[in-house]
Parts: sequence; structure tokens; C-alpha cells
Amino acid sequence: MTEKLIFELSGEGKRGYTLPKSDLPTQFPEELLPPEVLREYPPELPEVSEVEVVRHFVNLSGLNYHIDKGLYPLGSCTMKYNPKIGERLAILPGFSDLHPYQPECTVQGALKLMYNLEGMLCQITGMDRITLQPAAGAQGELIGLLMIRAYHTKRGNPREKVIIPDSAHGTNPASTYLAGYQAVEVRSNSQGLVDLDELKKLVDEDVSALMLTNPNTLGLFESQIMEIADIVHQAGALLYMDGANMNALLGITRPGDMGFDLVHLNLHKTFSTPHGGGGPGSGPVGVKEELVEFLPLPTIEKGEDGYKFNYDRSHSIGKVQGFYGNFGVMVKAYIYLRMLGAQGLRKVSEGAITNANYLMKNLKDLYYLPYDRFCQHEFVLSGSRQKAKGVRTLDIAKRLLDYGFHPPTVYFPLIVPEALMIEPTETEPKEALDGFIAAMRRIAQESEENPDLVRSAPHTTPVSRLDERKATKDLDVRWKG
Amino acid sequence: MCWIPISAKEKKEMLSSIGVESFAELISSIPPQIRIKRPLDLPTPLSEVEISAHMRELSEENQDLGHNISFLGGGSYDHWVPAAVSSIIERNEYYTAYTPYQAEVSQGTLQTIYEYQSLICELTGMDVANASMYDGASATAEAALMSYSITGRDTILASDGLNPAYYQVLMTYVQGLGLRVRRIPLSAGRTDWNRLEEMLDEGVASVIIQNPNFLGAVEDLGQIGELVHKVGALLVMVVDPISLGLLKPPGKYGADIAVGEGQALGNPTSFGGPYLGFFTCRREFLRRMPGRLVGATTDSQGRRGYVLTLQTREQHIRREKATSNICTNQALNALAATVYLTLLGREGMRDLALICLQKSHYAQERIAEIDGFKSVYSSPFFKEFVVNPPFSSERIIESLAQKGIFVGPDLGRFGMGNGFLVATTEKRSKEEIDILIEGLEERVRGH
Repeated sequence: MTEKLIFELSGEGKRGYTLPKSDLPTQFPEELLPPEVLREYPPELPEVSEVEVVRHFVNLSGLNYHIDKGLYPLGSCTMKYNPKIGERLAILPGFSDLHPYQPECTVQGALKLMYNLEGMLCQITGMDRITLQPAAGAQGELIGLLMIRAYHTKRGNPREKVIIPDSAHGTNPASTYLAGYQAVEVRSNSQGLVDLDELKKLVDEDVSALMLTNPNTLGLFESQIMEIADIVHQAGALLYMDGANMNALLGITRPGDMGFDLVHLNLHKTFSTPHGGGGPGSGPVGVKEELVEFLPLPTIEKGEDGYKFNYDRSHSIGKVQGFYGNFGVMVKAYIYLRMLGAQGLRKVSEGAITNANYLMKNLKDLYYLPYDRFCQHEFVLSGSRQKAKGVRTLDIAKRLLDYGFHPPTVYFPLIVPEALMIEPTETEPKEALDGFIAAMRRIAQESEENPDLVRSAPHTTPVSRLDERKATKDLDVRWKG
Repeated sequence: MCWIPISAKEKKEMLSSIGVESFAELISSIPPQIRIKRPLDLPTPLSEVEISAHMRELSEENQDLGHNISFLGGGSYDHWVPAAVSSIIERNEYYTAYTPYQAEVSQGTLQTIYEYQSLICELTGMDVANASMYDGASATAEAALMSYSITGRDTILASDGLNPAYYQVLMTYVQGLGLRVRRIPLSAGRTDWNRLEEMLDEGVASVIIQNPNFLGAVEDLGQIGELVHKVGALLVMVVDPISLGLLKPPGKYGADIAVGEGQALGNPTSFGGPYLGFFTCRREFLRRMPGRLVGATTDSQGRRGYVLTLQTREQHIRREKATSNICTNQALNALAATVYLTLLGREGMRDLALICLQKSHYAQERIAEIDGFKSVYSSPFFKEFVVNPPFSSERIIESLAQKGIFVGPDLGRFGMGNGFLVATTEKRSKEEIDILIEGLEERVRGH
């Protein structure tokens, strides 16, 4: 089933919205602006009535999979359920209808919320201060690296390299490049952890930082983290944590206590704000005392006469957002934390870890598990056995769609061939987990008995397998009338 | 906790299936010395009833725009968000979906992004658009980085008419790569063409011009494209999407990259975010464009469908060689913009722009009549303009706020002298503008 493009529904003279009538005498654009700055004809936007617009977007919405429909076990993405109360309260006009340049005395509630959210996140991560401004994890990484650059520059030498494990998220090296550093890869050992001997060889006076994800993307806790921190710090470098996997650590351990100097969080993962089909997110960055002076502008301070923005910080790396970050997202994360409290947060991580181990235990006889130990919030299987039968991981993923499940993250991390990276999160009922196990087991069986069925999947989705190569070749990226 | 749907009994069964006695065994890889010894120091958990009361109280410590009259501008505008926009983006099929990696079950999100890209192209007169960026400021910075990557040149010329917050973000983004940013001064509130001509040389990667500029003036752009291209530099334009209902679009000025803040298209002001940055360019630069991109294709039965495309540019494949480190867009905000542009349509966007234009001219004329308030610039403007009061802007802004009238931002905030901005959207009635005038007159009398 396909839905027409909105442009194909257009009919001359139709409108979907009535503008207020002008209460001023009619004037033409030509009377107010010189003709050379005016456009010759209006933009070719579709002309559609409100009911047609609504039906179009409602019909399209029906073609989406989403967390309110079922399990969404995308590894490293933490697709957990988003409590409904957050949506309802975040749109209160006292939050959604505020302008960023209102006088500070008229937005004290908003500043207080941001100040207290920062405080709670500091408590959870063991950091001294946090900037809430980055709009996403990747922007948080860039901001973190620019602070690292500022820190070293102030000490006389910005240094040249950032060490990144081979299992890291692709954003790490991309952010490193943008921050003006060269990315150097450190290999994982046979245990799936950072190889300490390799690390020792790589760390020198040119290294500005090690970026580490803990638990790493294999879902394994870097148990030698204290030794790693020592190696890095002894060379005068800093230890940065990619907090994408923070959902495993809540109330159990804190980046600040493990020796990390900086950490970025993803409010849209760990702290349950909805993903919105790819954003908006929010990627706060926490730092230890020695980096506080470099935090982006502005910070929020509590004074005797209320809360205020502080722009008066000469060592700051500067502004990173047009305004103060994704405030609407912060409101939802604040609600989540205020409703969970310390005990609730700990239960989140316990649940996430238990669910992941339960899935792993019940799948590892049929799918190859390269690192066979207890996992944290996620684990990585390999479809290598199935590949030997001519069924690729991509086929397994597509076949899962037929069973009504969103597939795991596939082909990542890069160090596991045919990777299936599975993160169920704590918000899945046992019935959903058992359903997923049954579907995965069934697909393993189908791969043996009827591989074509898997290879040609999906069979029950609104469209069948889409030709990505054709998309790249045609590059049809816009409608043309 | 109701968001953890596993009962104690089930948990026991699961642990037993895993083969452990207790949960503690599962985290044995975490060294004991770094474990938290006592519970985190966080406020007592609240129920739904309690959090609702708490949030209501907190929200009432703010003065929302609905209970005041807002003439605030500077990059965020109080336009009306049609009910149909809110209704669509509140659908869980959209807001609880992830990035559309599995295209077969994400056609809703993918098609809306394809439509978004198409609508933005029509509005800006540009060839191609990406799926959106974080906001107008970061889109501007990304445009500068893209111009560096295309030309290999390391100098960016940015007009002083660029939103100062965008300029500051640009400065943050270029510090890692060590690019130079030189500022083109203004003359009578608009970019100084003579100075621009002097500054242009073969070391320039791009020229960034905002139109209408931060002070509200519509720039005199004439043959800007030719001028910039003559030295092999790229023209980057930063535009207000609402103004494009009337103003000549960047595509017509020969812009190579056009970006802007999309908040005004159906997104509430929300204390500065989440918004969306739109990002467009000429087709020849498509492969150098940062961010997500959706393309049309067909499925195995020949039916039309949409996928994320050119992912080979992106960081999860290219890693340090990626066009940018960005790996999300502002999908839900872009959806709001899509529904908004669709509801308003061809004529609606033009009419909306005209209303904003008329209101701002009425407001500006009335203010210029007040004793001591001379109009500073004679250049044409769209929905925003500078007011130069005969005394401290800060004081005026404060005293008007006490009357429930918001103006600004204060130009002093950006080191741009005494003055403030006034912006009028379609929401401001003549009566409300008259209240602003009265407020200013009272202030003059009281001074």
C-alpha cells in the first residue's frame, strides 16, 4: 500500500488554514518593498484542504513501526517506552510558549528546571558541571572534544591525536576530525575489551584524549577501566566517555567515579525522551572541575535574586546553539527523573541488564555469540552460521519484520562480522521478549530449511524490500512537478 | 515502577533461565571499588498526580507568550501553530519511532521527509535539501564547513548582518579545523558591498549573507552571486522561511548553499528549542552535503517507496572521512514544518508574508512618530526592525515587560549599541501594536 505524495493531492485554490484578516488598510508588497527584492511567482507549494492534509499524514503514520507498537531492540539506541505524562506536561504553555529572549525574570521556572536537571545529571554521572546545550550525542561529542582542545591549549599544546577503540560509534572519529584531531584506533583484545598493551603503546604526549564507550558496543563492561584511566592520565591526556550506553550504569556506577573527565549523555536514550523519528534529541556533556571553565556559553547559575544565564566566562569554547539547547526535550527528561528517583533509576539498569541477558541466553545456541560472557544492557550476535547457508544478517533483519518485530542494529560494531546488536531495554514485558526469542529461533530454522523465504523477506510490510542501489543511482530526492 | 513491566515472579524465572541466583552475578565485571555504595542523592519520586502539580507550578513561574504581547524576534518568532500541525506531531506513530533505518516499516517517516525536502526546495528555489539539521545556527556553521571541504580554502567571510548568535556558533565550529572568519561590516544597516569587494579574493571559501539580516533589513543583493563566484567562492545565504512567501529566494541570487531557522514553520518558540535548521544546496554539491537524505526508489514489486540514501557520506560508514559528524535530524520538527507548509500552501505563504510585512510597517511608522524615536535605517525591511530609543533600551524592555509587552532582543546584549528589535507576526493585531505605542509614549513622558 502506498500513499500519494502531498503534491499529487494539490488542487488550485484550496487551502488548509485560514489566516487572520488584516485589520490594516490593504497595501501591496510593491508599495512597501522595492520590486527587485520580490519573488516573481509564489513558491510552488501544494494547495490542499485541512481534511486532506490530516488524512494524508494520518495514513502515512500508519506505515511506521514505533515503540508504542512493540519491541524495538536497536543496539546502542536504547529504544525504551516514553511515558505519556511527559508529552502531556511538556506542552504546558508555561514551557512551550516561552521566547528565548524574554527577560530572565519572566522565565524563572524554566531556568530553575534546567538548573535542577543539571544537578540531577551531575549526581547520576559523578560530574561537577553539565551543559545541557548540545542537541544530540554527536554535537555533545564535538563540544566535549573542543573543551579537550581548549584544556590542552591552555596548557601550551592542543596535542594532535585522539585514541578511539575499533568498536566505537562512527560519530567518535567523525567528531574527532571536526575538532581538529587525528583519530587513532586501538584494537580490542580477544575478550572484546580495550587491549591494554596496545593502549600503552599508543598513548604519548601527542594524545589529547581517549574516547571510550562503557559498557562498550559489545555490551561488555571495560573492567580494567581504572588501569585505562591511569594510563591516559599519566600521559596528561583526558578520558572521555561516550554515554550512549549509560542505561546499563544508572545507580550502579558513575563515569566520574571510574576516572572519566567528561561524558556526554543522550536524553533521548537513557532518559526516555521520544526519538521523534530521528530527533529532536539532546546530548548534555558533563565535565570534572578542571574543565568547567571551558563549558559552552551560557551556563545557568543560581543567585540570591533568582536564576540567571552567565555569559561572563572568558575561557569558554563559546556558543554551540542558537539559543540554549532543546529545552522541550529537557522538560521530558526532568519529568522522567523526578518520577523515578534513585531507586527507580537503579531498577531501570537492573531491568535492562536482566532483559538483555535473558535474550542472549535463549538465542546463543542458534546464533553465534563471539564474546560469551554475561552482557550488560546489550549484546552482539553474529549471523555467521546463517551466512554459511546463504542467509545474510540483513535477511534476518527483514524477516523479523514479518514477525512483527523491529530488527536489532545490524552490521555494527564493525569488529563482529554479520553483527546483530540487540538491546531490549527495561521497558519490555516478558511476553514481548519471549515473542522475539521465538521469532529469532524460527528464523534460524527457516534459514536451514527454506532460506529463500528469509532472503526474500519482508513479505507482510506495506512495501517489500526496497532497492537502495536504485535510490543511490537515481538520486531522486525531491518532487518535481 | 510501572514502566518496568517485569513482575518479581517473572524476574526470578528469567534469572533462573539465565542460570544465575541473583542479579549481582550479571554485573560481576564491574570492579567493586567503583560501585556506588549508597543510593544516589535524588529527590523523592513523584506520582503522576504529584508531578503534574509540580510541573504546573513550575510552568506558572514563567510568563508565557499567550498571556503577554510578544514583539520578540532575533531568530525565534511567535507565529501561530495551526491545530492540525499539533495533532499530527502528537501521533505516537511519528514521535515514538526511531530513525528510519528499516525502510519497509518506516515509509511514513521517510515519505514525510521526502515531502519536507521537496517543500523546502520549492520555498528556497534551491535544487536539493537535506532532512534537516539541529537549528539555524548549526546549519550555518555546517554550511561554512561544507564550503571549506568543497573549495579547500580556509577563509570564511561573514556579514555583520548575520545573527550574532549564529556568528558565535560558527566561531565555535571552526576552531577545531582552524578556519578563519572575517567579518564584512555593515553600512547603513546593510552589508557593505564595497568592503565585500575588497575582501573577496581567491583564499575565500564562502561568503555568508543573511537576508533579511539580523537588523531586519532586506539586503540589496543585486548580482551578489556573480561577484562571489568570480573568485571561485561559494555564496551561503541564511534566510527566514516566512519571508520567502514574498521575497526573492536564495536560488534566484545564485546561492550555492542556503540555510535557515525553520522554527517559524509550525514549531512553538519553546524557550529556544527544539527547532530545526533547514539546509539546501545546488545539485552538484549533493554528495558533499552534510546530514540525512531521503531518496525515492521502488520495492521488489515495482511500487514507489523511500529510503535513506547516500549513507556512504555518513559517519557510520565513513567515520573520520564523513561529510559531518551529524547523525540525526530534527525529524519531528521537520514534520511540523512539512504539515505547516502544506496547510498554508502556495497562496497562504504569500498572504502570511504580506500580513507580517504590513504589520511591521505600521508598527515602525507609528514608533517613528514618537518624540525622540527616529528610525535608524531607511533600508527596506520585512517583519522586523531596529528601534533606537532616546534612552536605555534595557530599561524600556524591562518596563514594557512589566506591562506584559515583550520587545527585543536588546542589541546591547550583542555589543551592537543601544537599540532593540521589534518583530511582528500575523498574530499581532493593530490594537496590540497600538498598546506597544502607548507603552513607549508613556515611557517617554515618564522619562
